[in-house]
Amino acid sequence: MIEVKNLHKAFGKVKAVDGVSFTARDGEITGLLGPNGAGKTTTLRMLYTLMEPDSGQVLVDDMDAARDPVAVRRVLGVLPDARGLYKRLTAGENIDYFARLHGIDDTTMHARREALVDALEMRDILERRTEGFSQGQRVKTAIARALVHDPKNIILDEPTNGLDVMSTRGLRRFMQQLKGEGRCVLFSSHIMQEVAALCDRIVVIARGRVVADDTPDALRAQTGATNLEDAFVKIIGSEEGLAA
Amino acid sequence: MNAILTVWWKEVKENLRDKRTVMSALIYAPLFGPIMFVVLMNVQINHELSKAEGPLKVPVVGAQYAPNLINALKQQGLDPQPAPHDPEAAVRDRDADVVLQIPSDYGKTWRAGEPAQVELIYDASQTGTSTPRERLEGMLKNYIREQGAMRLVARGLSPGIATPLVIGDRDQSTPQSRSGLVFGILPYFFVIAIFVGGMYLAIDLTAGERERQSLEPLFANPVARWRILAGKLGAIGAFSLASLVLCVIGFAVAGHFMPAEKLGMSFDLGAAFIGKVLLLELPLLVLFAVLQTLVAAFAKSYREAQTYLSLLMILPIVPSMLMSFMPVKPATWMYAVPLLGQQIGISELLRGRAIGMDDIGIALVCGFAATLLVGLVTAQIYRSERLAISA
Repeated sequence: MIEVKNLHKAFGKVKAVDGVSFTARDGEITGLLGPNGAGKTTTLRMLYTLMEPDSGQVLVDDMDAARDPVAVRRVLGVLPDARGLYKRLTAGENIDYFARLHGIDDTTMHARREALVDALEMRDILERRTEGFSQGQRVKTAIARALVHDPKNIILDEPTNGLDVMSTRGLRRFMQQLKGEGRCVLFSSHIMQEVAALCDRIVVIARGRVVADDTPDALRAQTGATNLEDAFVKIIGSEEGLAA
Repeated sequence: MNAILTVWWKEVKENLRDKRTVMSALIYAPLFGPIMFVVLMNVQINHELSKAEGPLKVPVVGAQYAPNLINALKQQGLDPQPAPHDPEAAVRDRDADVVLQIPSDYGKTWRAGEPAQVELIYDASQTGTSTPRERLEGMLKNYIREQGAMRLVARGLSPGIATPLVIGDRDQSTPQSRSGLVFGILPYFFVIAIFVGGMYLAIDLTAGERERQSLEPLFANPVARWRILAGKLGAIGAFSLASLVLCVIGFAVAGHFMPAEKLGMSFDLGAAFIGKVLLLELPLLVLFAVLQTLVAAFAKSYREAQTYLSLLMILPIVPSMLMSFMPVKPATWMYAVPLLGQQIGISELLRGRAIGMDDIGIALVCGFAATLLVGLVTAQIYRSERLAISA
């Protein structure tokens, strides 16, 4: 479970995140929805302790991210906005590197890797160097790398960005599977349909603030709009940055 | 496996697969020095030897005025050449190193028993003219001494009267110490091998990794940043060390291809020498690794880091320059200054002098202290938020 309490982060005079609070529960998929530049990535970066909030608190499984960042990172699986793989290593070696950084023993590592390779359908690229991978192959490898330590909490920053329809569907199935396993899945997106199709709970962010936090149905009811896209436009108050 | 070792091994493995890094760290950087050195030294030595031993070809103006003198010089190895039209121009244009000019009244003055005059025309600013000029001067002085002695004997006097003083040369240099002069450039090549050996790694592991956006996922792992830094520094150090070892071995092998003994020098890099060099360079190796990483961490891109590090490469030249422009008497405090200490120490070793373990100890302690200082700054930079964010 990930709890975020009143996060603030400014870069110079720009308030990127200005009082964000929400909770992502275990066994649920929580969507962080917002237009480009709303502060989604900055919020997530504070969650996985890459950045330090100016104020506010992040709790992951009741551990304070400010107090024990290493312990928090241990229970998090993160697909950051930056996907960078190691081009001169194979997909499998990329995954093994992160597994070893987590201090996982070889037997567990192999078992976990096999499970992920099957779930993500990436057997064919496992032994290939990642140089020249397609966007879809890169994301699969990056996700496998991020989840090899079997984390309870999973953060995915715009996971479907740049993926084709087939890869996107595959990834959605995979996220449903993670949810089914009782994990806490938090992902960000600016694509309405995606959030509507996947999420148990939607947190809408605009201009660094949470403007709505509810189930999809409740959001529709709250705004009186029949479809989520109209609801979204009403909530953030403009159509800016909505293009999928 | 320990996280530091994991990072270290991954970086070493990944970079061994990069052709450019391997070429520069394990071939170009370590072997550039020895190869260039062998070629240059062979050209230089053969050039000097041919000038010092072969017949001395000198154009002579007015040879017909002094047949006896020319004959005496021929016996000493002179090979008189026809006179050029314009001796001054011939010397300026490097057609001749030196020209001997005998005036037309040479015979008259000689017979009168007055000092006759000959002229040596040369350009001292041209390289390579001093050996032939000194040889010709030596031949002439021999002739002067001989003829002077004969005149004294003819008058019933002992030749010793005209020689109130004799100089005895007692050169304290040894074949090894003479070679130390020539091989003074060696420490610089060692430093370059260390620097270039680790340079591409240092750029790749920080600036490159950030540019390729893999630093952010890496930092999301439950590993303290200093451990990641330590692993990366270890990988840089491993490549620098490999480069240095290859370079030292390269020079040891190169020594066999050099006709050093012909110049009265000896150039022997034994195992003891190699061991002491590696020990002395150890602090420099880690110091460069952290320094290069620090610079790479400040750079916004791979190219920028490359530019900065090329500039930083000028730094190791400074002690070598100082040493060649001013004669420096080695003092203990110099061992405390990184780079200078290595330069002095290796120069002393090349001259065949022993350097004490206390001097090496000072170099080690001070070098590692400097490394620690720069390392703390680098670790601080590594902790910053700015470092991880690629875009």
